[in-house]
Amino acid sequence: MRSESISTALTSNESPVCELTEVSKFYLSQDGTKVIALENISCRVEPGQFVSVLGPSGCGKSTLLMIIAGLIQPSQGRVIVQDKDLRDALPDIGIVFQDAVLFPWRTALQNVELPGEIVGETRAQRRGAAQELLQLVGLAGFERKFPNELSGGMQQRVAIARALMRSPSLLLMDEPFGALDAMTREQLNLELQQISLQSKSTIIFVTHSIAEAAFLSDRVIVMSGRPGTIKDTIAIDIPRPRPIELITSDRFGTWVQHLRHALDHSEVGA
Amino acid sequence: MSGLHTKKTLGDAIGRIPILMTLVGLLVVWEAAVNCFAIPQFILPGPIMISKKVLSDFTSGLIFPHLYVTLVEVIAGFLLACIFGISIGAAIGLSPFLEKILYPYIVALETIPKVAIAPLLIIWAGFGIHSKIITAALIAFFPILVNVVAGLKTVDPRRVLLMRSLKASKWQTFAKMRLPSILPHLFAALEIAVIFSIIGAIVGEFLGSARGLGSLVIQRQASIDVAGVFSVLFYLAVMGISLNLGLRQFTRRFAFWSKGPGGGSV
Repeated sequence: MRSESISTALTSNESPVCELTEVSKFYLSQDGTKVIALENISCRVEPGQFVSVLGPSGCGKSTLLMIIAGLIQPSQGRVIVQDKDLRDALPDIGIVFQDAVLFPWRTALQNVELPGEIVGETRAQRRGAAQELLQLVGLAGFERKFPNELSGGMQQRVAIARALMRSPSLLLMDEPFGALDAMTREQLNLELQQISLQSKSTIIFVTHSIAEAAFLSDRVIVMSGRPGTIKDTIAIDIPRPRPIELITSDRFGTWVQHLRHALDHSEVGA
Repeated sequence: MSGLHTKKTLGDAIGRIPILMTLVGLLVVWEAAVNCFAIPQFILPGPIMISKKVLSDFTSGLIFPHLYVTLVEVIAGFLLACIFGISIGAAIGLSPFLEKILYPYIVALETIPKVAIAPLLIIWAGFGIHSKIITAALIAFFPILVNVVAGLKTVDPRRVLLMRSLKASKWQTFAKMRLPSILPHLFAALEIAVIFSIIGAIVGEFLGSARGLGSLVIQRQASIDVAGVFSVLFYLAVMGISLNLGLRQFTRRFAFWSKGPGGGSV
């Protein structure tokens, strides 16, 4: 089947948004043994791509995302994000965690404004931008609600709007819909596709849902666990926008099977 | 909207009837017991006797100067405890170095019953109002300090990650995330602290003072005016409950998201 050579060939002229070279991460466990969370990870993410990192729980995919965000230091290897070595500076990214991590003392609008406040935007600047973003994630009219007045899906939409606040060239999402029910999840997948098409951000999306990865991604990085390694990189060349009916089509089924095969294969290998 | 509100308060009032019945029942049993067993007034007066005394303390105005002095001691002590508890707590919670060199001593000091220090404070600060304020502050200081430190140390690590990913400065992280995060903790501590500062003020007055509710208790005890002592207890209870309710209002307003003790999710 198609593999990474195609996508790299298509985009190799542009400089990547993010490039990892032989990145490894070790921990010392409590009894002093070395635990390898990630081993020899090399990958690049091209501008405008939607890349999923797919793997079983505990394969280190979240750790990988935190390393790209600059929030965890790798033990070995080099990480370059936006043409800068992560050892020198934190990257300009937007990040969405599994839980919304909203501040309960702030309204939806004030939560979205937070990143603007931190860089010292004026009140008028950030208010306008935050209102537009809430509209983009379908929450117009909910500006003055507090997080405890919003459903889980709505809270996660606020978190996405907040992550987009500084128009980051790279959006990192760590199983953002993992805690939501299936219906909400499907709806948000559709909207996320819409948002990614509109904002033209590069997105790295961590998930353990095969269907989610297949539906959303241009490219899926398949990982195996213990130690976390990249088993395969698979390009999904279904044109966008992808309608929700796609997930019941045979064509989509083929992709899902292909991913599942890569994943199962990696499990056996590990 | 207002109709809904009235309905709710009415429902609340009906819900409180059993609570009120407990009180009425207790008072009836108390009054009956005092009369049946002919307990002398200088041992245990009945509720009717005590309420007469409460009323006469009020109408004669005798209670107010004492109430005022104690209230000033309690509030001043409480505010001092807040200032020192929050600032020292914040310093310890934010600086691992300060925590290392100070916190063990604070934990050790916490085990000393602070009221036992009150006699020393009388020696150092005299029989006036200052020694009572310091005693009240000292007792109320510890729960505030300990809760501020605990609150800062248990801040949700995901919030820390978020602030780091936004490249927030240390000060921004403190002002926009850590400080608001500890408010529920802090307000729960303040509710305890205000009661503690009443204890401090009263103990201080017991040890020697001409005015204040605590000194009034001692004076009335000396003249075996037991109903009078109960009357003072009544006014102390009113003061404690009012301060506590006031703080809860404050919590409801400034930490409205809290579900913790006194969080005011009502």
